[in-house]
Amino acid sequence: MNEPKYAVILVDSTSHAMRIERLLNSADIDCKMIPVPRQLSSDCGVCVRVRFDDVDRVKKQLEHDRVEFQVIYDI
Amino acid sequence: MIYFDNTATSFPKPPCVAEAMVKFMNDIGANPGRSGHRLAIESGRIVYNAREAVAELFQLADPMRIVFTSNVTEALNLALHGLLKPGDHVITSSMEHNSMMRPLRCLEQKGVEVTVIPCSQQGRLDPADIESAIQPNTVMVALNHASNVTGSVLPIEKVGLIARAHDLLFLVDAAQTAGVLTIDIEKDCIDLLGFTGHKSLYGPMGTGGLIVGERVDLNAFDMIKCGGTGSRSEHENQPEFLPDKFESGTPNAVGLAGLNASLRWILTQGVDQIRSHEIRLTKLLIAGLKTIPRVQVYGTLNAEQQIATVSFNVLGKEPSEIGLRLDEEFDILCRVGLHCSPASHKTMGTFPAGTVRFGLGFFNTKEQVDYAIAAIRKLAEEVK
Ligand SMILES: Cc1ncc(COP(=O)(O)O)c(C=O)c1O
Repeated sequence: MNEPKYAVILVDSTSHAMRIERLLNSADIDCKMIPVPRQLSSDCGVCVRVRFDDVDRVKKQLEHDRVEFQVIYDI
Repeated sequence: MIYFDNTATSFPKPPCVAEAMVKFMNDIGANPGRSGHRLAIESGRIVYNAREAVAELFQLADPMRIVFTSNVTEALNLALHGLLKPGDHVITSSMEHNSMMRPLRCLEQKGVEVTVIPCSQQGRLDPADIESAIQPNTVMVALNHASNVTGSVLPIEKVGLIARAHDLLFLVDAAQTAGVLTIDIEKDCIDLLGFTGHKSLYGPMGTGGLIVGERVDLNAFDMIKCGGTGSRSEHENQPEFLPDKFESGTPNAVGLAGLNASLRWILTQGVDQIRSHEIRLTKLLIAGLKTIPRVQVYGTLNAEQQIATVSFNVLGKEPSEIGLRLDEEFDILCRVGLHCSPASHKTMGTFPAGTVRFGLGFFNTKEQVDYAIAAIRKLAEEVK
């Protein structure tokens, strides 16, 4: 099996990343703010890294909180 | 020393404010929202925490709708210059601070129509007067929540309902009330709320913001500055989303660290607790001043209908003399004159000399109020 270990959530700005971090934390979902990997975007900002296994929960949670995010990539 | 100039800026601040700022300067320091390293993220988190604390204070569901500015003056300028176009009509009151009045007068030169609704001499506004001033081209009602001269609270809930019923934007200057009066953006039908960190929010100077409600059309809302936001760096055009559209340039992160601390302090104390203490002191002050012959107190004379700001004069003496002697002989610091609001003083009949203003705050005590009343009594007795 060669499953990716992590996924990252790309967002519009650092403030949005902070908001997602806060919401995921309160839903007990592990996450970490990291610089956006160069292969994904040339932007200088941060994104939120989550465990690949949690992606479905993350999506549900963010939809529930009506938070916008651009896209989730596996890395 | 007795500090009675909390209307200009609150002092002292709760100790947690300076502590948070020192910690930021010594241990964090990085630019929030620019780089992706540990300290930058920590710095961004502090700015975000401040955003969340503001959202909690004003019952706002989405913290992204808070645009940080350097004070309420910048927030009001952003709202007014960003949204009003030539040919638009805006309604305001005769109790406004120059932070509201001057941008409006400036826009008037550019073709915006401005109606100033006269308030009563006590500083009261009749909401019906707002309604009758509405024209087909009216787009906004812009009001302060409480006067920084008389302390009188304007009926924003009633005006909010009128504005909403006529589909107008409602802009509120909460410089004097954020943190002491309960403000509910939703219930009070507020579309734009300006606040400043250094007064009744007990935070540092150089912090403030504008809350942008969901009814505000972002496409018709121009920014008054453009620049780096730390987002969408690959584009040369300004981002269109909140808060980045209006937050260009490195923010006052150390100030926001302090504001975050002061907001948490307010939320822990409780706005109602702060308000009750201020009402107690204001009642005492008004009652005491009223017993002194030759002292005239302005405003509603009702502590429940105003904030802890009281304007008065000793008839026969200039406000400037009272101010100087309170400072030099009685160790009482206050502000005298026009308080950046000539319109209010014209309304009250105290233009151009102005008034003596005592601005009380959470850290003032009953003993200080008693002592100040005795001082004014002494000065008034000199007039024969
Ligand atoms: C009602 C009101 N509006 C606006 C302001 C301006 O505040 P700032 O200087 O923080 O922008 C003040 C205080 O000076 C005020 O009392």
